[in-house]
Amino acid sequence: MNRFDYARPASVAEAVQAGAGEQVRYLAGGTNLIDLMKENVDRPMTVIDINRLPLGVIEELDGGGLRLGALLPNADTAWDARVEQRYPLLSSAILAGASPQLRNAATNGGNLNQRTRCYYFYDVATPCNKREPGSGCGAIGGVNRIHAILGASDQCIATHPSDMCVALAVLDATVQVTGPDGDRSIPIADYHRLPGDEPWRDNTLKPGELVTGIDLPAEDFTQNYTYLKLRDRLSYAFALVSIAVAMRVEDGAIAEARVALGGVAHKPWRSTEAEKLLKGQQPSPQAFGAFADALLAGAVGQGENDFKILLARKGIIRALKQAAEATPQSQTDKRVA
Amino acid sequence: MPTAVNSATYAAVPIGTVPTTLTINGETRTRAIEPWTTLLDLLREGEDLIGTKKGCDHGQCGACTVLVDGRRINSCLKLAVTLDGANITTIEGLGQPGDLHPLQSAFCDHDAFQCGYCTPGQICSAQGLINEGKARTRDEVRELMSGNLCRCGAYSNIVDAVLDVIGEKA
Repeated sequence: MNRFDYARPASVAEAVQAGAGEQVRYLAGGTNLIDLMKENVDRPMTVIDINRLPLGVIEELDGGGLRLGALLPNADTAWDARVEQRYPLLSSAILAGASPQLRNAATNGGNLNQRTRCYYFYDVATPCNKREPGSGCGAIGGVNRIHAILGASDQCIATHPSDMCVALAVLDATVQVTGPDGDRSIPIADYHRLPGDEPWRDNTLKPGELVTGIDLPAEDFTQNYTYLKLRDRLSYAFALVSIAVAMRVEDGAIAEARVALGGVAHKPWRSTEAEKLLKGQQPSPQAFGAFADALLAGAVGQGENDFKILLARKGIIRALKQAAEATPQSQTDKRVA
Repeated sequence: MPTAVNSATYAAVPIGTVPTTLTINGETRTRAIEPWTTLLDLLREGEDLIGTKKGCDHGQCGACTVLVDGRRINSCLKLAVTLDGANITTIEGLGQPGDLHPLQSAFCDHDAFQCGYCTPGQICSAQGLINEGKARTRDEVRELMSGNLCRCGAYSNIVDAVLDVIGEKA
């Protein structure tokens, strides 16, 4: 790890002031940043320890939603009674990720801002346009079993590794940030971005901006939902494909269905256009399959990850069935019903 | 201005260090710590508490698990200076020869280790699991102990040992 200056600001305003410089990183739980620093993928000159800032609580919002503090650990979020009761999809997705130790340290803001686990991004001996713009992409034509099938560019095929964010995409969450130009709100769909020709930009934060919280609007997806995560081992592994579903069923028909995919793109993958196909439908393999084909339109394999396209199609159908039948995937009994 | 910034703020301590107070296994101590020092390296190399093991050093194996204010974390991914004021428990603080912690006794009773390298992390993790109070069934223990790898493959006996202790407490 490189040497750096360490600062521990006493307020959000002080943090943002200190965060405006070059080569500065905000340090929260550290489960990703410290790892990246050990690998010399990230070499900040100044580390700003934000752990003492008062951003570690859950607040009620007017209208029935919740604001999840950016510094609240993932475990505390998933096991908060309000989140469990009102947003069980979010609890389930968080508990599908990482390990209990990591979830105790990792924060909600850090989960949003974690970086890809692309092998080439992590290996400073190889080219990577995300780590070193213009150096090339080792994954294209290389070892790419875990890489993107949707929304990739000819410069980067990395995926966003989060489970939590896939649920947030379905729940229409809003990211609250503050920075040199003041406060602003970013819809989750606009928070993460596709790599395009600027793959080093994971999200739409501006330099120095700090995530302060995540707002969940009032929703009632407490029965017909699921988070189905498909991976190489049953726990403590990143998703090859994951599927978050939130659904409203009225008189046996789908009144509304929202679906987002993890592990397949540079951001949680969702299409509100494709979701219109499910509105008014009776739950059926045919309806679910037609939707899966629409959501996966344009999917392209990179060689080793070609299997993900079929895995995603089957996973979407299975997850929609779980949601329609109100039998969400258990994150402890890993049998897929 | 931020409070604790490198050498200028603390002329009395070595350059680049941050005075940090930690209570480790009940003993409170203040040290001048370089900010890039992980809790794991501080424990092993600064405090001579070598029960906590370095496996992967990347949060992928759980061998370095310790309890911070009663919560289990990977000490390899935590900078020690960020824990100023915290209460840390390592395997040495849970039990000692002749005065074993119930989890240590259960690991012996159930033959829950072979080489033993992962065991301190397994036991600290199991104590964290007990503190959380979320695991009661075998499936739940398996899932909530999944952050600790055992390359000898003693998993089934580890789960038995943890279930045994949970049963005693229930």
